[in-house]
Amino acid sequence: MSDATLSLVKKAKFNWLKAVSISIAAILALPIFVVLVNLFIGDGEVWLHLYRTVLVDYVTNSLLLMLGVGVGVLCIGVPCAWLTSMCQFPGRKFLSWALLLPMAVPAYIIAYTYTGILDFAGPVQSFIRDLTGLSYGEYWFFEVRSLGGAIVMLTLVLYPYVYLMSRAAFLEQSENTLEVSRTLGYSSRAAFFKLALPLARPAIITGLTLALMETLADYGTVQYFSVSTFTTGILRTFYGFGDIAAASQLAGMLLLFVAVLILLERYSRHRIRYHGSGMKKASHRRIELKRGAALLVSVFCLLPILFGFMIPAAVLAYWAMFKAELPGASFLQLAWNSFYLAALAALIAVALALVLSYAVRLNKSRSVSISVSIAGLGYALPGTIIAIGTIVPLAWLDHRIIELVKEYTEGRVGLLFSGTLVALLFAYTVRFMAVSLGAVQNGLGKIKPSMDMAGRSLGLSPYKVLTRIHIPLLKSSVLTAILIVFVDVLKELPATLVLRPFNFNTLAVRAFELASDERLIDAAPASLMIVLVGLAPVILLSRSISSPIEHSK
Amino acid sequence: MASLSSHNTLKDITLNDVSVGYDKCAVVQGASFTLLEGQIGCLLGPSGCGKSTLLRAIAGFEPLMSGEILLDDELISNHQQMISPEHRHIGMVFQDIALFPHLTIGQNIAFGLGEWSKGDAQRRVAYLLDLVGLSGFEQRYPHSLSGGQQQRVALARAIAPQPKLLLMDEPFSGLDAKLREELVPDIREILKHEKMSAILVTHDQMEAFAMADQISVMDAGKIHQTGSSYQIYHRPETRFVASFIGHGDFLPAKVCGADCVHSDLGTIRGKLNHGFADNTEVELLVRPDDILHDNDSEFMGVIVSKWFRGSHFLYRVKLASGKIVYCFVSSHHNHSMGEKIGLSVNLDHLVMFPK
Repeated sequence: MSDATLSLVKKAKFNWLKAVSISIAAILALPIFVVLVNLFIGDGEVWLHLYRTVLVDYVTNSLLLMLGVGVGVLCIGVPCAWLTSMCQFPGRKFLSWALLLPMAVPAYIIAYTYTGILDFAGPVQSFIRDLTGLSYGEYWFFEVRSLGGAIVMLTLVLYPYVYLMSRAAFLEQSENTLEVSRTLGYSSRAAFFKLALPLARPAIITGLTLALMETLADYGTVQYFSVSTFTTGILRTFYGFGDIAAASQLAGMLLLFVAVLILLERYSRHRIRYHGSGMKKASHRRIELKRGAALLVSVFCLLPILFGFMIPAAVLAYWAMFKAELPGASFLQLAWNSFYLAALAALIAVALALVLSYAVRLNKSRSVSISVSIAGLGYALPGTIIAIGTIVPLAWLDHRIIELVKEYTEGRVGLLFSGTLVALLFAYTVRFMAVSLGAVQNGLGKIKPSMDMAGRSLGLSPYKVLTRIHIPLLKSSVLTAILIVFVDVLKELPATLVLRPFNFNTLAVRAFELASDERLIDAAPASLMIVLVGLAPVILLSRSISSPIEHSK
Repeated sequence: MASLSSHNTLKDITLNDVSVGYDKCAVVQGASFTLLEGQIGCLLGPSGCGKSTLLRAIAGFEPLMSGEILLDDELISNHQQMISPEHRHIGMVFQDIALFPHLTIGQNIAFGLGEWSKGDAQRRVAYLLDLVGLSGFEQRYPHSLSGGQQQRVALARAIAPQPKLLLMDEPFSGLDAKLREELVPDIREILKHEKMSAILVTHDQMEAFAMADQISVMDAGKIHQTGSSYQIYHRPETRFVASFIGHGDFLPAKVCGADCVHSDLGTIRGKLNHGFADNTEVELLVRPDDILHDNDSEFMGVIVSKWFRGSHFLYRVKLASGKIVYCFVSSHHNHSMGEKIGLSVNLDHLVMFPK
């Protein structure tokens, strides 16, 4: 034992990891805190004014939008999930992962694309006019840029949330449960409505709430379609009238809507655990469909993919390659801005997630686990809320700094935080912390504490345990986390729009601006780039849904 | 290294009055035992009794509140100082096996052989794979092995660096009964072949009996008794040990001399463990195998339930006093429920506890 050294037992020294994680949580909670405070301390006059003028409109439109999208995603998501998990028909394997593809398309991009296809000057209406000889006003064609249009666009890209969650629930239902119901005299149709559907309900509701949160958060689509909702209202009040107080109050109001959804989501997640049988079923026989029915089902499952991904992606590709007028140099500059911003944000979010995850692993204290849940709250918040919650405190801080510098020196400083990338990176971190935390914690959870102990008892120092066991095992989850945050940042529109430094453009912002100027075709290259990059996490996801359960069969 | 110990007799591992705990709340209190070199010891007790905590303290993952742990007469832990786990030369096998999933079986086993030359390490890995019966698995990954095979690899990995002591924390509880029955004697044989000192933690007494040379029975953070399996079964020192190990009933009895007690089953003579005074009311431990089916006996009991156990029946028999006792009877004697049978007692050592 010559190499062994007795070391003093370490007695309660200052716990850096704990202190750091609590600070991270406190800083990340700042935007929510600011918005909440504004909601409660706001003066009555602003309220009254908002109420008299726009509030009713915002609330009605937001509710209608949620209602429409809710019905839409359920009608597409649940049947597709049930059919691909329970029935056998041609193309089932392909369709079961391809149904996720529309997730890669941000709602605002699909909205621009369909507007380009379906509006007056678009190919569809031109074709109708050529065919019939009618001209403007002499025939009826539905207006894409409307509340109804927004509902369809959002439904087409958000149904995968419901599909994903309910598919997992259907696959997990033990065949025994369904067989028991048959022996108790239920037909298979009755078994579906009395058993399979109620068992999957918590999962379906979870998927639905996720889709509705995205609906509430959407800015690009509703703004472009001129539908007045909370998000457009917040930015209009903020930009148009420069009224930060009113904007914050609207944001706070939106926060209440979101809070209801979060509670609903938490509750149904809890029920999933309650309902889950926990048993992995050994085998799973699918219902063989007759020829005609099988064909019908294949077509039914193909339609959402066709309209949600294939058509818009094909049209974008065509425009981008043959029609768009966007100088290559400026496109490269946009792509570079987007990529380095997204990469930087991803690295920050994942680094913080690593710190928080290790703090939880190494401290069993309640304060740490609460900090981590607070740090993850941002995932539910619309980018507009985070933008307002970021700009208000940072602008305040900047002005204090400017005053201080003025008072003590002759020098002048500009806006250090609010007008720079710092604000943007901060907002991204708040919004996407939960995503990276989820992926990192998932990976860390697979390294059992006994592996640390095994390493130590085989002669590794704590540092070597990190380099030889943790890093190799964590690598893939950390890369996944970086990828997901990267793509989410790339797609993010409203927060980028509000917080970007002057004259700093990203792909998403430029696509939005060009579309707003009715240059839909010129927006195509940027849009296509976002969709293509967005495919990466979807492919990861589709691999993970098709591998563990299906391969064991 | 300077030894802080005053002990100088040769022994492998010694615990002196060890207490372990978190936040001033002692999970283990005053644990002491000595395990000689090459022996297999066992910490046996119900879940939550502190046996795993004590094992982790020996491994160096838990600081001591008081007491000391000595390995080869050298101090490795007391309440002020401890050698870190990686410098103790103590191997460990875990309940959840904990193989490194990113390494092959060969790399897993060689993990602790960092300072060995490449050739030596290769030979050691090949030798151990052969020892645990997994030659040819060197390039495979842990997930492709069965639970029993993985546990063999975990054992090979733990003993590869030739530790001074091997700790095993419920190593078989994740495996099914059949596999456990095969693996337990195999692993004992491997440890004996390697002359490896080991401490096993388990809640399963059959596992303890099959593996260990010396068993320490624990309950509520305290070691009640340390001894061979024969000793803890037949000479339990506390009431907890008597009731935890094997089937047993306590018959009310009264001491009637240096070697004799009166009980519901008559006057019983045997060697007394404790010197109780005459006429003391005591409880006498009777095992199912102490009670014989005896048609000539004047003491009768009514069968209230029975289990067929292959070679014998285990009956529960109600005595005249109302007391119910267990009784093994050869399976040739198939009595029906409610039948009266004669019983006699055959006890060598009287194990009694004050009432």
